[in-house]
Order: sequence, then structure tokens, then C-alpha cells
Amino acid sequence: MTLRELMDAGLFQVVNEGADPERTVDCVFCCDLLSVAMGKAPAGCAWVTVMANLNTLAVASLTDAACVVLASGAALDETAAERARQQGITVLATDQPIFEAALMIHHRIHG
Amino acid sequence: MDDSLVLEYDVPGDDFTRAGEASSATKATLKRLGLPADIIRRVSIVMYEGEINMVIHADGGKATVTVSPDAVTMVLKDTGPGIPDVDKAMQAGWSTASGAARDLGFGAGMGLPNMKKWSDRMTIDTAVGVGTTVTAVIDL
Repeated sequence: MTLRELMDAGLFQVVNEGADPERTVDCVFCCDLLSVAMGKAPAGCAWVTVMANLNTLAVASLTDAACVVLASGAALDETAAERARQQGITVLATDQPIFEAALMIHHRIHG
Repeated sequence: MDDSLVLEYDVPGDDFTRAGEASSATKATLKRLGLPADIIRRVSIVMYEGEINMVIHADGGKATVTVSPDAVTMVLKDTGPGIPDVDKAMQAGWSTASGAARDLGFGAGMGLPNMKKWSDRMTIDTAVGVGTTVTAVIDL
């Protein structure tokens, strides 16, 4: 599944489309501790978290995550949203809790 | 002739909004150099953890990245408080990070263990009251 297909599925609010919507989403990764995510987030993952700050974006970029999915109504402030735009990071959002958000993506990837 | 490329960065202290700038700049440079994606990812992780450590614990410091034909070497040097017990600091889950750092999602006690995990070699030179220098090498 590509990021474009995930965004077009209508499951999530698209906070920032990002620079590479045709990128493939390989898997889902859930974590709110940034240092744990830094060490374990797989490249190409959809990273589901409630941690919405500038450092989340840095970790997503450096681990080469495909996108960030903000769950449980978490939201970027304007500074962070601008950073996402500058760095071309795909950011989605939902009011759903982490598990439900991750499960929706998992089902999309694996059918 | 020395084929090494040296990148130097000042890491600001206690400013989480700028943490990651050196890592991002390094990542961009390594991409331009055409290094393999897995190497760039490993360097990024090690650099970022080193940066965050300096922001949280040492009021900033200096990061020097040397890209040579056979390795990427990162030297992260600070003049902070030093590490009283390196063995403890290397234990996953052990942390002295502040509440502010934890509120942002840091302080899980994974910084140095992550750096070691993703490096081929890592050394820590530290003295209490003097500072800490972490040297991490990733072979090419």
C-alpha cells in the first residue's frame, strides 16, 4: 500500500501530505517513547503515536519512517506542522486510540 | 591524499526544538555522497541519540563526523557533568533525564544502548565534572 492509497482511504485526517506520496508503507509500528522508537522503528513503517512534537518529526525523518500517524486526537502545534511541511514528512491524524489506528493500517496493508 | 570529509556541528544545550539539526544535516550530506540507506539510517540514529544526550545532560557540545572511505566516525564531545557510572548508563532503561525531557518522550534510558547497538564500535571517555566524549564508528 502506498501513502497515497492510505491517505485516499479516508481513514485519517491528512495533516501534511509529504514529499513522496507514492512511497510504500511496509508495516505498522506503535511507540510513544522517542528513544525506543529511534532504536526500533523500521524504515518504511507507519509510526502510530500520541507524541506530537518537533522531536517526533525528527525521529520519523531519521529512522526513515514512511509516515507519522497521530492517534487519540494528538495534534502538532503550528511550529511542528510547519516543520513537517518543510521536511516533507507525511503526517496523518485520528481521534481513534493507538491500537485501533494501527489495526486499520494493518488491515489495509495485509488485506 | 586524505579522502576524508569532516563535518562539524555545535549542539545547543537545553533546546529540544533544535535537537536533531546536526543529525539531519549529516543525513542529508551522506545521502548526497550516495552512501547506502542502511548506513545512513544507522548514522542518523547514533547521531541523534548523541545529540539528545548532550541537550538533556550536558548543556550542549560539539559533534564531529568524519566520513572516510572505510568508515563514518562520530565524535560527540561535551563539557557537561560527566557520567559517574558508565556501566549503569549503558543499561537499557536506566536514566537520569529530567521530567521535561520525559514529557517530550525522551528519558527512556535507551540513548547510549541505542548508540552501541547501531555502531560497530563505541567508546566512552568521561570524567565527572569535566565532560564526556563518545566516539562511535560505523564501518562502510
